[in-house]
Amino acid sequence: MTLEIIKPGLATTIQDLGRPGYFHLGIPEGGAMDRLAFRAANMLVGNDEGAAGLEAVFMGPEIKFGAEMSVAVTGAEMPMFLDGEPRETWTSFTVKPGQVLSFGFLKTGARIYIAVSGGIDTPPALGSRSTYPIGALGGFEGRAIAAGDVIPVGDGSVVAEGRVVPDALRRRPGSPAELRVLTGLYWHRLTEKSQKAFFDDDWGVAPEADRMGYRFRGGQPMEFVDRPQPFGAGSDPSNIVDGCYSYGSIQVPGGLEPIVLHRDAVSGGGYFTLGAVISADMDLIGQLQPNTPVKFKRVEMDEALAARADRKAMISEIRQSLS
Amino acid sequence: MKTRYTYGGDEHIYVEIDDEMSLDAFFIALSLSNMVREANIPGVTEILPANASFEVRFDPDVIAPDAMMDKIKAFEHQAEAQEKRLDTRIIEIPVYYEDPWTHETLMRFRERHQDPTGSDLDYAARINGYDTVADFIEAHHSQPWFVSMVGFVSGLPFLYQLVERDKQLEVPKYLRPRTDTPKLTVGYGGCFSCIYSVRGAGGYQMFGITPMPIFDPEQKISYLKDFMVFFKPGDIVKWKPIDRAEYDRITEAVEDGTYTPRIAEVAFDLDAFNDDMTGFNAKLMEALNDA
Repeated sequence: MTLEIIKPGLATTIQDLGRPGYFHLGIPEGGAMDRLAFRAANMLVGNDEGAAGLEAVFMGPEIKFGAEMSVAVTGAEMPMFLDGEPRETWTSFTVKPGQVLSFGFLKTGARIYIAVSGGIDTPPALGSRSTYPIGALGGFEGRAIAAGDVIPVGDGSVVAEGRVVPDALRRRPGSPAELRVLTGLYWHRLTEKSQKAFFDDDWGVAPEADRMGYRFRGGQPMEFVDRPQPFGAGSDPSNIVDGCYSYGSIQVPGGLEPIVLHRDAVSGGGYFTLGAVISADMDLIGQLQPNTPVKFKRVEMDEALAARADRKAMISEIRQSLS
Repeated sequence: MKTRYTYGGDEHIYVEIDDEMSLDAFFIALSLSNMVREANIPGVTEILPANASFEVRFDPDVIAPDAMMDKIKAFEHQAEAQEKRLDTRIIEIPVYYEDPWTHETLMRFRERHQDPTGSDLDYAARINGYDTVADFIEAHHSQPWFVSMVGFVSGLPFLYQLVERDKQLEVPKYLRPRTDTPKLTVGYGGCFSCIYSVRGAGGYQMFGITPMPIFDPEQKISYLKDFMVFFKPGDIVKWKPIDRAEYDRITEAVEDGTYTPRIAEVAFDLDAFNDDMTGFNAKLMEALNDA
C-alpha cells in the first residue's frame, strides 16, 4: 500500500508523536505541532493515535492513493477534494486505488493532518517516524516530501465513512489568539515595566515561524535590569551563559522579538528566556498564520495544570465520541 | 555559587548552578543531572546537562511539579561533594580559519551584527584586545578546550577553553540570530566555542570551518558508525589550524572512509588542572601527540 505524491505542498512532512529521549544531544522530540488534531485524525481512521501521518503547512499536497484505505484530514480549515468532489475535514472517508486527494486555499488555521488507515510506514529513526529535516532524520529520507515520492503505508482495515469529530471538540485559537504563559527561567532579568508590557502589548506572528519556533513582533522593546554581565555570557544584556531551552520557552534575543520554541526546538543556547507557554497551548501555536494577532496571558502553575487536564479531557471526549 | 531552581512551563525544571561559567559549576551540574538520572524517578522523560545548569523534563500527570522540584533539590549537597574527575579523551579537530563559506554567510547577515563594517574575526580580535586577527586565532587554538555541553541542534558541542579566566576570549552573540550557518562552522559566543553540526540558524560569531563531520544520521562515516553523534560532555578538543589544501584533502578522506580522527584517552581532574593549568595542558597535548 502506498501514497504517491503528485504535488508536495509547501513543507509537508511525515510526523507522529515524536522521539523523546534525545534532547540532551540536541535532537528534539519533534512530532505533530497540533497534537490534538493529529490524534483526532488517527482516531477517525481507526489507527493508534501515534501512527505516522502527514503534516502540511499553509498549502495542501496532492496525493494519489495506491490502494483502498480510510482517510481523514483534521487541523486547519482547507477545502478538500477527492477526484474533484468536495469532502469534509474532521470526517472519515474511503478512497479507492487511483483516486486523487487535493486541496484548495487555506481558510483558517495553519496546519492540516492527513491520516490514512494503517499509518505511514517509513523506517523509524531513533524510535519515531517524525521528520527532523535539520538533522536529516526520520520521515521520508529525512526530508519534507517531494513530487514523485512513493510513501509506504502499513496494513490497516477500512473503517466506516462519515465518522466525524463534533465541532465543539475541534480546538482552534481565538482572535486574538491567547497563549497562556508561566513566567520563570530568566524572568528576573526584565524590568518591572517590561514584565508588564509583555502581557499588555499586542503581538502578532512574524513571518519567521516554523516547526522550530514561532517569532512574534509588535510589542515594545524590552528593558533589562542593570547588572555586570556574568562571566561567559557575552556582553548583550539578553545574553546568558548558554543553558538548556525547553519546549514552549520564550527567548527574546536583544529584547526585541520573542521566539516561542516548538516541537523541533533547539535544546539550548545563550539568549535569556522569560518563561514558557504552557503545555496545553502548544497545539494552538501550530495553527497560527503569520500576522495573526496574539496576546500572552500570565497564569500560575495550578491554572497551567488545570488547562492541561482540560485538554486531556477534550482528547478523551473525541476518543469516546468515535468509539 | 548560588544555585537557582525555576520552572520552564509545566513540564520542565531548570536548575542554574551558577549564572557565570566555571568548570566547578559544570561538574556540579553534571553530578546533579547524573544523580537524577540514576534515581529513575517515574515521570522523568529527559535530562539535559548544560554548561553551568541542567534541565529535567517530566510528565506532570505522573509527578506533581512541586514533588519533582523537591526530589531534585534533595540531591544538591551530595552533588557538590562529588569528585570533579572524568576519564575522557582528547581529540584533534582541524580548523580552516577565515574560510570562504563562513565569510560569505557573515557578509549576508551583516545587518544583524554589532559591527557591520568588518568580519566576525576582526570584531572578536579587536574587542579582546588583540592587534591582529592572526594573534587572536593563535589564542583560539594554542590551548585545549573542554566540551561543557552538547545540544542546540544535532550533537553540537559547546567548548570552554582550559585557560585562566583572564585569558578567556569573550564575544557577544549576534544582535539577532542568523537564519543560516554553514555546516561545520566553528563559532563563538560568550566564552564558548562551538561546532555547528548541521546547516541552520545560529547566533554565534563565525571564525572558520572544520572538514570533520560530527553528526551523521545515516551512520556511514567510519567514526560515527556506533552512534550518530560524536561529542559528549567532558570530551577535550585541540584545534589544529589547516589551510585550504589540507581542508580539501581531509574532506576527500572523510568521503572515501579513510579519515580517522586523532584521539588519545586521558583523565581530567579539576583540582590537578587548577593547580597547574599550563603543566596539565602540556600533558594533555603530549598524550595527543603520542596518539
